[in-house]
Amino acid sequence: MLELIDVIKVSAGQTHIHPTNLKLERGTLNVLLGPTLSGKTTLLRLMAGLEKPTSGEVRFDGKNVTGNPVQSRNVAMVYQQFINYPSMTVYDNIASPLRVAGETVDVIDREVKKVADLMRLTPLLDRQPLSLSGGQQQRTALARAIVKNASLVLLDEPLANLDYKLREEMREELPKIFAATGSIFVYATTEPSEALLLGGYTATLHQGRISQFGKTIDVYRAPRDLVTASTFADPPLNTIGATKNGASFLLDTAGDGKSATIPVPDHLGGIPDSGVTLAFQPHHISLAAPFSKAPALSVKTLISEIAGSESFVHVKFEGRRWVILEHGVRNIDPDININAYVDTRHLMAFGTDGLALSAATPEKAPEKASAKAPAKTSARKKRAG
Amino acid sequence: MAKINLDHIRHAYGIRPSSPNDYALREVHHEWNDGGAYALLGPSGCGKTTLLNIISGLVRPSEGRILFDDKDVTHLSTEERNIAQVFQFPVVYDTMTVYDNLAFPLRNRGVGEATVDKRVSEILEMLDLKDRARKKARGLTADMKQKISLGRGLVRSDVNAILFDEPLTVIDPHMKWVLRSQLKTLHRQSGFTMVYVTHDQTEALTFADKVVVMYDGQIVQIGTPAELFEKPSHTFVGYFIGSPGMNVFPVTLEGKKARVGTMSIDLGFAPKVDKGQKTELGIRPEFMEITAKGMPITIRKVEDIGRQKIVRADLAGQAVSIVVKEDSEIPSAPHVTFLDQGINIYADSWRVGRKA
Repeated sequence: MLELIDVIKVSAGQTHIHPTNLKLERGTLNVLLGPTLSGKTTLLRLMAGLEKPTSGEVRFDGKNVTGNPVQSRNVAMVYQQFINYPSMTVYDNIASPLRVAGETVDVIDREVKKVADLMRLTPLLDRQPLSLSGGQQQRTALARAIVKNASLVLLDEPLANLDYKLREEMREELPKIFAATGSIFVYATTEPSEALLLGGYTATLHQGRISQFGKTIDVYRAPRDLVTASTFADPPLNTIGATKNGASFLLDTAGDGKSATIPVPDHLGGIPDSGVTLAFQPHHISLAAPFSKAPALSVKTLISEIAGSESFVHVKFEGRRWVILEHGVRNIDPDININAYVDTRHLMAFGTDGLALSAATPEKAPEKASAKAPAKTSARKKRAG
Repeated sequence: MAKINLDHIRHAYGIRPSSPNDYALREVHHEWNDGGAYALLGPSGCGKTTLLNIISGLVRPSEGRILFDDKDVTHLSTEERNIAQVFQFPVVYDTMTVYDNLAFPLRNRGVGEATVDKRVSEILEMLDLKDRARKKARGLTADMKQKISLGRGLVRSDVNAILFDEPLTVIDPHMKWVLRSQLKTLHRQSGFTMVYVTHDQTEALTFADKVVVMYDGQIVQIGTPAELFEKPSHTFVGYFIGSPGMNVFPVTLEGKKARVGTMSIDLGFAPKVDKGQKTELGIRPEFMEITAKGMPITIRKVEDIGRQKIVRADLAGQAVSIVVKEDSEIPSAPHVTFLDQGINIYADSWRVGRKA
């Protein structure tokens, strides 16, 4: 188990990591999700021992390893750039950490072949890295990290330099590969969709702070605060200020006499009357009412983007930019006023302090959800063909 | 602004190409509309960058001609072609202010300060850089600098075309949404001919009116985003566009029916296929429905990816992916049905029409 206890990193008077506590278990995949400069790489370097925390403690399996250099820890790292020994074959690249560790030829051969098989590199073992595709090069680097049997494997945006399709394939493969080893994996990425595809656990990072840590899908479904919800939204989260007044939310408008309200859904009924920020994902607002009596808001269209199976309609509502995710091809002219319907069943509300006022999905407890239980979902009418 | 005519263009990097395999670009013969937004989409090594470089004049094609508005520019330099380019990594003068960086391409061509100020102000407004205008570019984040690079590409109003080479690679996901829609709005307003190279299907589809899908040195399909999604003309397009890509099954055709394993699927048309051709049925994960009746599937895994779920299953001994909505239920004895409009038939990897 890897523990960060009150870890702080300050350099040149700037706080890069605010007091951070984190516990990562063996055999888990943990995603650090956040934009550029949110502290992902610094956190990885602190975990690796490449940097020493300004204060606080790093423990491995209960032992204090703060300040121990990276060489004395059993750590492997994979970077965005494909780093391999260009003059060595793939086999020798993978074998190199075992040779450094003084393993016997037999052990090396067995381990290299096992990992090569796992990483689908077996037919390429005699090739040199630069003659391989980017995906194969990065798989070689990953294989080298895995063969060490390091207790901690740190991956800093490992797929960022790969083609989109290769990334997709690797994302599907990686969880299987991770599951086949007992290491702690920490995977930094800027992309919410990548975190969701990888599954496991996610820590959302914002300006050097972890805003939430938990099972990936739980953090996505039940963000504890607005920062987490925004970090974990792609397309970006739609938000609007509002005041709760009994059974309605009165939305913040430009004050030109217009007013817009949406009814308070059941799961938010318990929150006190006050100023809130309402938020909803782009697939929870649509141009067709998702259920009867869904509240309609008049929005102004900006631009439509068609992405094949779905379309992203960019709109403006009271000075706010929203994205509406529609299924199928929807090409709507800019600068027209249309009705959009918020699926209030998935509406989230945050207080002035940014904290969630109620779980976004009432049927699920936000934390400690029983592992592996198949998600029971509310029965809804089947989609018509 | 110009129409771009690619007249029987082929390109080989070696000296004496003898077989089609020697060509990085096999043959491109197309006319691109004035004011169109085109995306060149494909994996590494497919020839998309070669084609872009031929358009920009960085590479002279081994064969064929390139014309801007019917004027042969094949032998003209990049500068003489009067085009703007935006690259993958920011090209910014650190010691200049943001404003001066944007003004640079205009001042370079002797544009008067009044016009410079008007254009630069518009770009600053559009890219939301107004409050940084007087600051030096040094110290800005990579995505800020890339915004400036984009702005520089867009600032001139007299260019024949604007070429983008993976311009959003270094941009964070949230900023991508903003820049993409701004670029698209700008295209609508300005009417520039734009060519955008990327390996990212979302960027290509959302940006372009017409997406040019390239594979192995050739264009496999030019189509609207909807066409590429609904009627991929080659199984590669089916695979490359869509996440997950299209499911492809080997089938035996019997008149208006296709046989997958022991199951028979009604096509409603008889595909015309020559003897000996490899026949396949392609269906996207979005056009499959999990139902209580239909063809039985064995579910291996359900990936909850937030707004939808990807069901990984076996159908007739083959792995398939099926996309279902976030709140849909999966029956205990799952079966699958294919939606008619999503079925495509392929002969030797090329789509067979619906002609009876």
